Amino acid sequence: MRAITDSATMLRRQVKHIWRYPTLILTFASVPVVFLLLFVYVFGGTMGAGIGADRAAYVGYLTPGIMITTIVGAAQGTAISVATDMTEGIIARFKTMAIARVSVLTGHVLGAMVQTFLAIAMVTVVALLIGFRPSASVLDWLGVVGVLAMFTFAITWLSVALAMVTKNVATASNLPMPLMLLPFLGSGFVPTESMPAGLRWFAEHQPATPVIETLRALLAGRPAGSSFLEAAVWSAGIALVSYLSARRLYNR
Amino acid sequence: MRTFVSVTGLRKSYGAHRVLDGIDLTIPQGTVFSLLGPNGAGKTTTVQILSTLIKADAGEIWVAGHDLAKEPDKVRAAIGVTGQFAAVDSFLTGEENLRLMADLLHLGRAKGRRRVRELLERFDLTDAARKPAVTYSGGMRRRLDLAMTMVGTPRLIFLDEPTAGLDPRSRRTMWQIVRDLVQQDGVTIFLTTQYLEEADVLADRIALLSQGRLVAEGTPEELKRMVPGGHIVVRFADPDGYRRAAGHVGATSSNDAALTVQIPDSGGVRTLRKLLEWLDTHAIDVAELSMHTPDLDDVFLTLTQEPSTKEPSR
Repeated sequence: MRAITDSATMLRRQVKHIWRYPTLILTFASVPVVFLLLFVYVFGGTMGAGIGADRAAYVGYLTPGIMITTIVGAAQGTAISVATDMTEGIIARFKTMAIARVSVLTGHVLGAMVQTFLAIAMVTVVALLIGFRPSASVLDWLGVVGVLAMFTFAITWLSVALAMVTKNVATASNLPMPLMLLPFLGSGFVPTESMPAGLRWFAEHQPATPVIETLRALLAGRPAGSSFLEAAVWSAGIALVSYLSARRLYNR
Repeated sequence: MRTFVSVTGLRKSYGAHRVLDGIDLTIPQGTVFSLLGPNGAGKTTTVQILSTLIKADAGEIWVAGHDLAKEPDKVRAAIGVTGQFAAVDSFLTGEENLRLMADLLHLGRAKGRRRVRELLERFDLTDAARKPAVTYSGGMRRRLDLAMTMVGTPRLIFLDEPTAGLDPRSRRTMWQIVRDLVQQDGVTIFLTTQYLEEADVLADRIALLSQGRLVAEGTPEELKRMVPGGHIVVRFADPDGYRRAAGHVGATSSNDAALTVQIPDSGGVRTLRKLLEWLDTHAIDVAELSMHTPDLDDVFLTLTQEPSTKEPSR
């Protein structure tokens, strides 16, 4: 009970931070939007032909990958903000108070999820403006939000854990960098079938791919099939391991 | 007086480096206790252990009637920490910072709001209540820091270098605030500071830490009596008087250029009277005469040593 109310208090602290510095969300959204525009207008013609269709169809293919790019990009910002916060005296204050200890981290995770979702919403609006035409039902959309929430939750805990590995803000900002590659080394931008054997195996067995496949199916109004379960298992696994290590690192 | 903090045999090492090597402390309730020592002597480590931030390797610690090792949360409920680097959230306003504390302490809406208003008033922050703490001056940040600590009405407050970097006026304001905390609220204070004057002014008892051990403990006056250093300085009006007197007044050092001699003060007023009588009898003109009593600087420099290795800064 204490953990819930204290986490809610810490979430309020984060929301106030976001409210006071709203430009951070624009920063989170800008890289994926640039990627979206680049891939649609520069590579879109060729890519569209590559998936056996055209530029307009490629927008639909690309958008789920861009959503995941937004999540992993925001993870970097989260790691920076958590690492910066850990250097502040107020964390020492929290640690000497009789509060639910993990609530500091929970507050960060929930706050970062709010930020990430606002960024995803912005990116999606841009995609809609440049021709993204999803055929998802209301239920499909709920599924999309659910899958995004699961994966964001997992990646955010991962970035919090990475931020806790080092006390150094610069290092903390670099550690989640490889995550940016996940949508590229998966089915985010091109079908995995077009990749060489070794890379293709990796692309088909890494966590971002089932998430992207699930989003792609739901947004097209198709059933997600087994990729949904895969996405859920990956997200739960990453979240659990990251949560436990973040908590251990915080308490050390 | 009831004992509020009791520490026996406290030890802490980082790897091979022994930071605290068997510390014993007793702090009565409602008093100001000050821990002094050179950088790296283990002051911060002691505060971190007593405030439950890090664990001791050995030793028994009781705070507010609770065994710190067994009931850290009970201890946390009784203490407040105001750190070296003001522990405030810079992005939040003063009022929001205090509300954050009230919420974390589960004061409830009405009570929390009332407490926040009282503290803003008491620490003279009402006008700045709605400005982000990042815009505050050093003195305001320290006051907000202490106000945040006070939200939970702690019975023991750790003040880790509360006036480092403050201007003289802000420092005096902080001193008055600390005195009020003790006198009005009956709070026990654990103070660390680099400013010996601060310890002299505020502390009931002082302990000197050097290389992980307590080398002296007592009231400021007791400590000052432990070291030699009281002396009388006489500056003569002319070289002639200086020459005639220098060899006869028991001076331990003299300065030909400044025409001054320094006489150890062993007998207080009696030494002074004998000196004045002698000068009078020999009709020697004195330009200036001053008495120096040992201050805590003398105590500090005599009793503590520089650490051989630096304390890790964590």
